[in-house]
Amino acid sequence: MPDATGLELVAGGLRDALPDAVLGTLHFRGKGTLLIDPKHVRATLAHLREHDGWTFLASVHGVDYYPEEPRLGVHYELLSMRRRDRLSLKVRVHSEHPHVESVTPDWPTADHQEREVYDMFGVVFDGHPDLRRILMPEDYQGHPQRRDFPIGGEPILFTHNESSNPGWTR
Amino acid sequence: MEDSVDLAELKQPVGELDSELLTLNMGPHHPATHGVLRLLVQLDGEIVRDIKPIIGYVHTGIEKTAEDKSYWKAIPVVERMDYLSYFFNAYAYCGAVETLLDLEVPKRAQYLRVIHMELNRIMSHLVWLGTSALDLGAMSMFWYCFREREKILDLFEQSTGQRMHTRYFQVGGVMEDVPDGWIENVRKFTADMPERVRQYRALLNKNEILLQRLKGVCPLDEETLFGLGVTGPLLRAAGNPWDLRKAMPYSSYEDFDFQIPVGTEGDNYDRYMVRVQEMLESVKIIDQALDKLPDGPVITDNRKVALPPRHELATSMEALIHHFKLVTEGFRVPPGEVYHPCEAPRGELACFVRSDGSSKPARVHMRDPSFVNLQATAPMCKDAYIADLIATLAMLDPVLGGIDR
Repeated sequence: MPDATGLELVAGGLRDALPDAVLGTLHFRGKGTLLIDPKHVRATLAHLREHDGWTFLASVHGVDYYPEEPRLGVHYELLSMRRRDRLSLKVRVHSEHPHVESVTPDWPTADHQEREVYDMFGVVFDGHPDLRRILMPEDYQGHPQRRDFPIGGEPILFTHNESSNPGWTR
Repeated sequence: MEDSVDLAELKQPVGELDSELLTLNMGPHHPATHGVLRLLVQLDGEIVRDIKPIIGYVHTGIEKTAEDKSYWKAIPVVERMDYLSYFFNAYAYCGAVETLLDLEVPKRAQYLRVIHMELNRIMSHLVWLGTSALDLGAMSMFWYCFREREKILDLFEQSTGQRMHTRYFQVGGVMEDVPDGWIENVRKFTADMPERVRQYRALLNKNEILLQRLKGVCPLDEETLFGLGVTGPLLRAAGNPWDLRKAMPYSSYEDFDFQIPVGTEGDNYDRYMVRVQEMLESVKIIDQALDKLPDGPVITDNRKVALPPRHELATSMEALIHHFKLVTEGFRVPPGEVYHPCEAPRGELACFVRSDGSSKPARVHMRDPSFVNLQATAPMCKDAYIADLIATLAMLDPVLGGIDR
């Protein structure tokens, strides 16, 4: 758990190397988070891996901050096995233009995880080698993990019992 | 007749066969895929050239469902993702919510969690050992492993009331203390288990067929596994001793003395040996936890979060109000985002919880180890035989419920 000072040191190192990348830092419950500009994600993660020892990308996940804007968020959880420490990176993108640079060329583990974020939230990862839906069917419409996506919004396939379940076909 | 066939001529290579690649769909329903997994395999004769895993067949939207429930009622749905490591799912989720609440878990509850999680780890490894031995043609192993698994499920039934999906872990501790006699039953089990594991190894390690199908098959080096984000026994089999229980201890794991089994080659045999030895290490942890089990409460005394004890409800109005509020509305959690990892049987299982200050989680996301590890199938099985693909998939130990959620 990087303390607040350690987090600022990491952020300071990043600011020297990539002046526009870090938008802010957040220290919450003993865990450090860096807020990163979506245009510099790949360079930031590469820099952290090369120069700071954050060698393991544990997880990529999406968050929807509806109704705030920029609405969609992508989180990267980094792990340093040498320091036994974790660091979170956070990217916020506008729902009008949800484009984030893909880190899959550098970290093969992001392949499936970015596809999941794309599938569930509609964040487009530029440079991903094979950006398709992963959990939902290929012809599915919409992104089900968004906060405004209705629960139970799927049409009933077998319409003969539709009248006995009014309100289920939204 | 004698001189009509020249054997030396037969051994000459025929030259380039005009062969083409065959695309084979393995699954979604196939006994070797351990669930509803479809593998798009590109075959050159019997040799695997490429694999594309296709998943999502049991996607039930558990993460979306959890957003519609209070923090408390989301525990059972989260548990149902990975049906072989339900205590770990519950731990990752509860731990994340506890971190958000800044809540201290009593020592006895931490120890009880450790005991249940390690029993769960043995159980998960037993299912893996039984089913993968079945994939490799060893039928009786399956029955032996499920016999032991049954004993663990009996222990769970005694302590939690359920055999699977127990909902035993609570935000702030565990549901109830273990009943009288349970500790003795666990001790009987742990006393029995090392001998059982010795028998399994005697049965499998002298089996020439099994060894040939495991040793040196589908190895993958540590660096590639690292880049693929693979954790757990697969990474340890390649020689990296990374284990969260040891490296970044949680839930009192620092109190126990145990070893991390590490392989050297990173092949299927090492993956098998690492898991078998892990069962013995889990037995050691359980024994120590039972020895040192402290007295005290099993759930936090914060009545805003934990249900009041049953006997107080009859006499205390305050307790009744708290009970009513918790059951109807749940508790509110300060806004924030937390990523809480733990070492599950298949690797790093983590839960990401975002709170917006209400009594329902705004986002629950599981970093499921099987989901990430599945990406390793293609590099592992490249240029191996299709029969080795079956063995490697078994050694990967994916649980499709966890992958698809």
